[in-house]
Amino acid sequence: MKTIKGYPRKNGTYGVRNHVIVINTVGELAGITNRLADLVPGVVPVVQQGGTSQFPEDAMQTIRTIKGTVGHPNVNAALVLGMGENDFANQIASELNEEHCKVKSLVLNSGTTLDKIFSEGSQWLKEAYEESLLDVRVDIPITELTIGLECGGSDAWSGITANPAIGVCSDLIVEAGATSILAETTEAIGAEHILARRATNNDVAKQFLTIVKNYEQRILDTGEDIRSANPTPGNMVGGLTTLEEKSLGCIKKGGNSVLQQVLKYAEKPATKGFVFMDTPGYDVESVAGLAAGGAQIVLFSTGKGSPTGSPIVPVIKVGTNPKLYEIMSEHIDVNAGTIVEGKNSLQDVGEEIYNLVFDVANGEKTKAENHRNQEFAIWRLAQSI
Amino acid sequence: MKLNNAIQLHAEDNVVVALNSFEMNEEVYIKEIGLNLKVVNKIPYGHKVCVKKINAGDKILKYGECMGIATEDINLGQHVHVHNVRGLNESERLVSVNDFQLEGVGVNEDY
Repeated sequence: MKTIKGYPRKNGTYGVRNHVIVINTVGELAGITNRLADLVPGVVPVVQQGGTSQFPEDAMQTIRTIKGTVGHPNVNAALVLGMGENDFANQIASELNEEHCKVKSLVLNSGTTLDKIFSEGSQWLKEAYEESLLDVRVDIPITELTIGLECGGSDAWSGITANPAIGVCSDLIVEAGATSILAETTEAIGAEHILARRATNNDVAKQFLTIVKNYEQRILDTGEDIRSANPTPGNMVGGLTTLEEKSLGCIKKGGNSVLQQVLKYAEKPATKGFVFMDTPGYDVESVAGLAAGGAQIVLFSTGKGSPTGSPIVPVIKVGTNPKLYEIMSEHIDVNAGTIVEGKNSLQDVGEEIYNLVFDVANGEKTKAENHRNQEFAIWRLAQSI
Repeated sequence: MKLNNAIQLHAEDNVVVALNSFEMNEEVYIKEIGLNLKVVNKIPYGHKVCVKKINAGDKILKYGECMGIATEDINLGQHVHVHNVRGLNESERLVSVNDFQLEGVGVNEDY
């Protein structure tokens, strides 16, 4: 069996990075989170702007995302900053401590000063970071790997080059016994019947059609109609004829594998193989959800050069066209533009991405990691209260 | 070496995607499938060219999937786009969650 070199965790998962992070439960602590990370070089800030006053569904989603991020296999140790009496920082820390994750919480309240947070927090982070440097990578089976599939800044070539090439890679990942998560529910509108037919059973098919229908309804409620607005006049000039064609170009990142499960945003798969996560099209929120759901690496196609990264998972950028690679190669890890030039086939580029997944899993840094692109945002369904 | 100037996304597809813009009578070339076909319309890059005879009402196959229905007969080398293809309607798409079953009543397996 193929192996990668990763970090074994006490809860039985495996990381491909060994991050020590500091994260905030509420947006009010964003500045303090950044400052605390600055005090200990090497520590990664995971900063979010969401508040405490959220609708119940959003509050649950926020907690699930933060817990998934803090307990992520790529995370060696995490400091969770909370605020006030009912903050969930302590709860997340104690739940994850039971799973043997190295997590500490600090809560700002009437009895705590900023000085105390900075001194106690930086001391803990410093020790955790120094200990993390002692860890060594070991051989782990490829079946322990989960990748996420994403696109951001699509162009007329996305559905012809980068997305189907990522699909070739995804199918190889699934064949190897690992897990691949397709995301972005909005992108499936118009081709949902095609993906539903690839579901392993009726229940999964229905769950998939339901999340697409619900998403479409929420958009309709705002007065927008994706179905009749697409393909856009610009899409048609680019060669896209029907909505099915446009959406197929997006969902082909998932290749041709059988759909095994439909996940909530930031939910962990209960199965290996090809699964779908309900996420928005906004790349930063979608990548954060994929990561919180356990993806250790994200494959990301772009036609316009989105710099989006993640604080905890390597994001591999696949550029769709030769011009983009010429101009924005500083963001692009794989140039699928060679397909446009007739030099490479989809299979060639798919295998190149697959090989790079192994290299990145083994420690090679992506362009987004080198630039320290550490974007993080949590998907919200409703407005703030 | 002559490079491919179009791409077929699935072996069953009846269209290929132009990687260059083509003038009339220029040749679409894909080495792997032995395709050497003169286009009969001007084809902008990124647009589709018919490579298997398509009759009115036939499915347009891209990625091996049905991406639309031909509204007229389409011959080899012709431009395939909004002027001769329509999207699926609701009943063809089977979007109703309540009616959906993988097998049995209400399913149109043709699409």
